[in-house]
Amino acid sequence: MKRTTWATILFMLALAILPPVFMWTGNAFYVDLATRLVILAIAAVSLNLILGFGGMVSFGHAAYIGIGAYAVGIPVYYETYGGADAIASYGGAFHILVAVGVSALFALLTGAICLRTKGVYFIMITMAFGQMIYYLFISIEEYGADDGLVIDTRSELPLVSLDDPLQLYAIAYVALVIAMLMVRTIVNSRFGMVLQGARGNNERLVTLGYNTYLYRLTAYVISGAMCGFAGALLGNFTTFISPDMMGWSRSGELMFMVILGGSATMLGPVLGSAVFILMEEILSSITIYWHLPFGLMLMGVVLFARGGLMGLIKGKGDK
Amino acid sequence: MPPAKSAKITGNIHLDYTLLFIQMLNGVQLGLLLFLVASGLTLVFGILDFVNLAHGSIYMIGAFIGASLTFITGNFLLAVLIALPITGLVGFLIERLVARTLYTRNHLDHVLGTFGLILVLDTSAHLIWGPEGIAVPLPAWLDGRVELFEGVVVPTFRLLIIGTGLAVAAGLYWLVNFTKLGMLIRAGASNRTMVSALGIDISTLFALVFALGAMLAGLAGMLISPITEASISMGGEIIITAFVVIIVGGIGSMKGAFIAAIVIGLIDTLGRSFLDDMFQLFMSPQAAETSAPAVSAMLIYIIMAVILAFRPQGLFPPKVR
Repeated sequence: MKRTTWATILFMLALAILPPVFMWTGNAFYVDLATRLVILAIAAVSLNLILGFGGMVSFGHAAYIGIGAYAVGIPVYYETYGGADAIASYGGAFHILVAVGVSALFALLTGAICLRTKGVYFIMITMAFGQMIYYLFISIEEYGADDGLVIDTRSELPLVSLDDPLQLYAIAYVALVIAMLMVRTIVNSRFGMVLQGARGNNERLVTLGYNTYLYRLTAYVISGAMCGFAGALLGNFTTFISPDMMGWSRSGELMFMVILGGSATMLGPVLGSAVFILMEEILSSITIYWHLPFGLMLMGVVLFARGGLMGLIKGKGDK
Repeated sequence: MPPAKSAKITGNIHLDYTLLFIQMLNGVQLGLLLFLVASGLTLVFGILDFVNLAHGSIYMIGAFIGASLTFITGNFLLAVLIALPITGLVGFLIERLVARTLYTRNHLDHVLGTFGLILVLDTSAHLIWGPEGIAVPLPAWLDGRVELFEGVVVPTFRLLIIGTGLAVAAGLYWLVNFTKLGMLIRAGASNRTMVSALGIDISTLFALVFALGAMLAGLAGMLISPITEASISMGGEIIITAFVVIIVGGIGSMKGAFIAAIVIGLIDTLGRSFLDDMFQLFMSPQAAETSAPAVSAMLIYIIMAVILAFRPQGLFPPKVR
């Protein structure tokens, strides 16, 4: 097997084993850290599908995290305080359905417009649509506007309880593994080949008779839906949601996770999120000015470490 | 965004023309500030093909430098005159140290690299000026109001912003169309390799353009700070709107940036003040009151989406790219 495959298996095993160990040795804090890591990793994996494999640089991906989180927050809010009976619910299945459904719909509507543009227009228009959702939630007083919304009750699921940190982690971890396997299946399928072909040379694929626009739009919708699911998990994890979680700098952070780990690789986005979360945690415990070294690190990675961390793991022999 | 939300007509369909005029003036003022920021962005993108997310941070740094100098010199206008070249120098240094190495990379690297630069610049501002915003005092003669005509009273300073914005727009038009530098800028935007093959020092030209863009953004920051105050978050707030402006106008087009900036400034301001009343024409006051803020917050993005759906290259795409 290739070194990258080994690295993927080892890292995912570590993610499966370490948090329970932390829990049983009384370090619950690290379980929280790992949960956040794994949830953001799902979002990064979803972004990697379009950014890494599809070559679509979406700068508005945090919007889906927000949509997913509010898809939990709003039904819970109505169920707790009354009103809007049609969507009031504590049910986890309903939350996930709304999170994934609305995210997919938003991705379909905005993607249809965004994908008509290319290059830097695409980057900026995806960012602008992300900001649109951000300002939408900032202006809705009902859901707390920029003060955010407290989720009083976590989503109710059969068999498991999300109030238990370890069970929440387990759900997030399984979701991450499924997301990675989904992306792998997609990428290795005929659909994925067209998608990657269009990244390299769109004209060639068009000449061969492929409607690359539809392929890209489909990938864009899948990615958005997946990220919306991560948002629903994040809402359940933080139990407090605010428009801040979908601002454009959050989208930038997601992009950074993908690039830091290595785009268009399986483990890259997960590794990137892990390093990102750990750096954030360590630096912010040292100084309140942690954004300064963090920003310098980001610039350093962009300028000097091409191919990300996976590029380092890959070594010379592998292709 | 700066224009006051407080001015609101209550109840009926009757339109208050004085208020409409004042809000239009506010819209034009916002538009001109947006143009100052967007012109630098579009200039840098047009000639250097470089996406600079950190442009908003330069706007913020300009505001802080202007604020500090206002307190040192005791004179706002003098402070602006000194702060402008300093901001230009900041832009020059950013170009030399960071942007330059990114020119040959793809847009994704530009975005991420300058995203890192934002963190560095914003935290530096935090270190130098502290977390609080700085209110900038105006000299007495600028702080007052003037009566333009019967019943229409506007703050003098807003007129100064509009005047400065128009003067800069005219100056840029002259610079780009009638000077040697402008000729090189236009030539560089259409064919960079050819310009450098003709023996033009393209590296210095790039640095000059970058510094000019920084000065324009800095000027916008200095002009807005007496109204809002200089604050760290101001850069992130304006940069996205500035991007919307250059997308709608056509990236790289100065004319497009100007027209789009004014249109976006007007739509945003008028939307925030009058959408509520317009909605009441066809829905209940209560429904209008809840939906109008949401729609007006999204208005410029909706407009952008509609324009891009029909013209993916914006309204005035530059001819050669």
